[in-house]
Amino acid sequence: MSADIEENVLELQGVIVTFGGLMALSDLNFKVRRGTIKAIIGPNGAGKTTLFNVITGSFPPTEGTVKFKGRPIQHLKAHKIAALGISRTFQTVELFGNMTVIENVMLGCHTKIRTSFMASGFAVPQSRRKEKQIEESALKILKFIGLADKFKDSADSLPLGEQKLLEIGRALASEPELICLDEPAAGLNETETHVASSLIKAINAKGTTVLLVEHDMKVVMNISNEILVLNYGEKIAEGPPEDVRNSHRVIDAYLGGVA
Amino acid sequence: MEKITLASQLLQYFITGLTVGSVYAMVAVGFNIIYNVTEIINFAQGEFVMLGGLIMVFLHVAMGLSLILAFPATIVLVTLIGILIDRLAIRPIRCPSVLTLIIATIAVSIIIKGTASFIWGKNPFDLPAFSGRNPINILGAVIQPQYFWVIGFLVVTAVALSIFFDRTIMGKAMSACADNPNAASLVGINVKQMVLLSFALSAAIGAVAGITITPISLMEYDRGAMLAVKGFGAAILGGLGSFPGAILGGLIMGSIESFGAGLISSGYKDAFALIVLLVILFFKPSGLMGSVEISRIKRF
Amino acid sequence: MLRIAKLPIAVFALFIIVFPWIARQIPVIEHYTNIMVFVGIYCLITIGLSLLMGYAGQISIGHAAFFGIGAYVSGILTAKYGMNAWACMVIGMAIAAVVAALVGAPSLKLKGHYLAMATIAFGIIVFIIFNEEIEWTGGPDGMSGIPGLSLFGFEFNSVKRYYYLVWGFVLAVFIFTVNVIQSGTGRALRAIHASEPAASAMGVDVFRFKILVFVYSAVLASLAGSFYAHYLNFINPSTFDLFFSVKLLIMIALGGMHSIWGAIVGTGLITFLSNEWLRYFEEFEIIVYGAILLFVTVLLPDGLAGVPGVVKGWFRKQVSDER
Repeated sequence: MSADIEENVLELQGVIVTFGGLMALSDLNFKVRRGTIKAIIGPNGAGKTTLFNVITGSFPPTEGTVKFKGRPIQHLKAHKIAALGISRTFQTVELFGNMTVIENVMLGCHTKIRTSFMASGFAVPQSRRKEKQIEESALKILKFIGLADKFKDSADSLPLGEQKLLEIGRALASEPELICLDEPAAGLNETETHVASSLIKAINAKGTTVLLVEHDMKVVMNISNEILVLNYGEKIAEGPPEDVRNSHRVIDAYLGGVA
Repeated sequence: MEKITLASQLLQYFITGLTVGSVYAMVAVGFNIIYNVTEIINFAQGEFVMLGGLIMVFLHVAMGLSLILAFPATIVLVTLIGILIDRLAIRPIRCPSVLTLIIATIAVSIIIKGTASFIWGKNPFDLPAFSGRNPINILGAVIQPQYFWVIGFLVVTAVALSIFFDRTIMGKAMSACADNPNAASLVGINVKQMVLLSFALSAAIGAVAGITITPISLMEYDRGAMLAVKGFGAAILGGLGSFPGAILGGLIMGSIESFGAGLISSGYKDAFALIVLLVILFFKPSGLMGSVEISRIKRF
Repeated sequence: MLRIAKLPIAVFALFIIVFPWIARQIPVIEHYTNIMVFVGIYCLITIGLSLLMGYAGQISIGHAAFFGIGAYVSGILTAKYGMNAWACMVIGMAIAAVVAALVGAPSLKLKGHYLAMATIAFGIIVFIIFNEEIEWTGGPDGMSGIPGLSLFGFEFNSVKRYYYLVWGFVLAVFIFTVNVIQSGTGRALRAIHASEPAASAMGVDVFRFKILVFVYSAVLASLAGSFYAHYLNFINPSTFDLFFSVKLLIMIALGGMHSIWGAIVGTGLITFLSNEWLRYFEEFEIIVYGAILLFVTVLLPDGLAGVPGVVKGWFRKQVSDER
């Protein structure tokens, strides 16, 4: 049992999500092994972002359990889940445009280092030290994602490619065990896509488990250890890239039954 | 004997409530017209009512214009003010966020209030009732004929609006804007013109409410804010954006206020409607007839 | 980096210290020290509001209520029960905090227009209570006989003494608030303003922070109310009406909501407008406020604090046009 917990960072059991009468996810079961990159693919409206929202606590599933390191988390609020060690990015970039690049990453450290309202108001030496510490670790992350020279720029002013990287950097700041990336390559050109996928590999190499939603098949096939295919909220295939690539159901789903 | 008195008392409260509620309903309808097209809550909505009353007093009482002439003339003037608000305060805002739009309409309402106090002073004005002040006795309740005019004009407004939105091209275009402004402009509807029209229309309805209620409750320069808040309460109660909801919400709001003032405390008359507003906002912000889905889709 | 420089704070503090002395030298503005007491009192409110509205992005048009709660708690407990004024001040702040938490918890789940209307309704309800609970508040006629403040036998019984007392508090609150803004808390507040989903995904307890800053701003407004009551020795409900909440809004909008300095400048300008420069134009006063508010909203969305940026942008445009 404990070996199982060790091995699977995330486990979904019988997850169902309905909106009104609409079934967005139906009886979804899957596991994410520690230290792997798992990709979730599927046509538009397959329920991929809904799945992310359930895992990260944007809203609870209608039914079923989500376990993080063996602990049920489906009833927890988003900020609690973040504190446990799950971090995410958003499909449509959700940076804090009113802040600088480094401040965005510094906010990502929120779960790790906290200062109370009173302590920060009275500027006790301890809270200043913490602030210094946060700044240093944020700078380290900026170096890692290659945006260190732009740390003072407003997050708004970055081109989309760098905004996407910054979002990943912000998600890394909380030192998560599991990072959920929602279409990190969407809207990027070829070079930017290449940068993004090597960054994801590098993150994974440091031991962080990656859960990934992506439309760019080249990226998916390249970097992921395992692929889960969703269609209309249902799992239609799961396995290593080469198996999924050859699955008939997957081909049918993507080509709309032409094949 | 005792029993009859109580019953007639309650009837009195009820009819008074419906009358005041009709005004709230018209304010709520005005909120909805602008909200549906622009997603703006026009905090100056109550000022249209105040202006309707005071301009009518000016034209009818001071200038001696006959009722038949002064009534439409007042509506036209208030409508023009509504158009001016859109042109001078709403359209020039370059980056309209919710906060700036709220502040802009609050600014407008202060300007209108200040101008009104400058023109008319701070005292309330009376307007002759449309058909005299001989009360009608219904089951022991004493009803001013003007009450029926107010309720009647709510009915007329509601019928006219439903014809406008369902039967005329202009009205249908406005509804389309409300559903999806991008798609509306793609099929060639001039969205800016529709926004202007929405301000004009809701100003006109506010004016009707002001003209009809003034013979009952008088009118002074600073009545707008409270009318706006209560009208908003009515709109929320019915479900923001829903016209039948606005009318129902207004009538309920008026009744609660009337019964509260009569049975509990007249000093807290204004507080009842506001407490209802808070309760609705806290527990069911989608209102009685509004759909949760819509309130999710709408940006604000 | 969001760093609020120390030098301007020092210069500002120096200005505050010498102001009464300067005012005394020039007979025409001698009474400005008195007005500055009110500026200080209102600054206590607008500093908190700036944190709430400018940084956390939450609207409140009901802070007159908290100002009134402080004033009436201090007034009633000192004038009627002879309690210690400083203790009453703390009690007022505690009551304001509890009320703010109770009202804030459901309100702050609301957004935009809904939040604005909820705070307006709350403000009006409290205003009605001040008017109706005559036994306690004296009703519309107000209550008098509120004692002045003293500490260890030192009486704050002159304008100058009260001036230094109030501004001492303002400076302390200002520095405290600046520290908060520059800390992780301030960052969390600005994150909430930008994107609530992203903030909570990064571990920010959005709801807790909103309540926290709402309570903080309410406590400051209550403190201001206590100072107000002890300074004038008389209060009546009309001070705490909806229009005062709107006036607070004008103050921070004029100065620039995203800037804490803006709150102070805006408060100073509006207070001097209403207590001095517009005194003889009573009829016009409201129109002027409305015009200022509209002008700022339409043309200067960042208030006076945004003027340097606007000028720079204009200048740059001129230069590039010439090329």
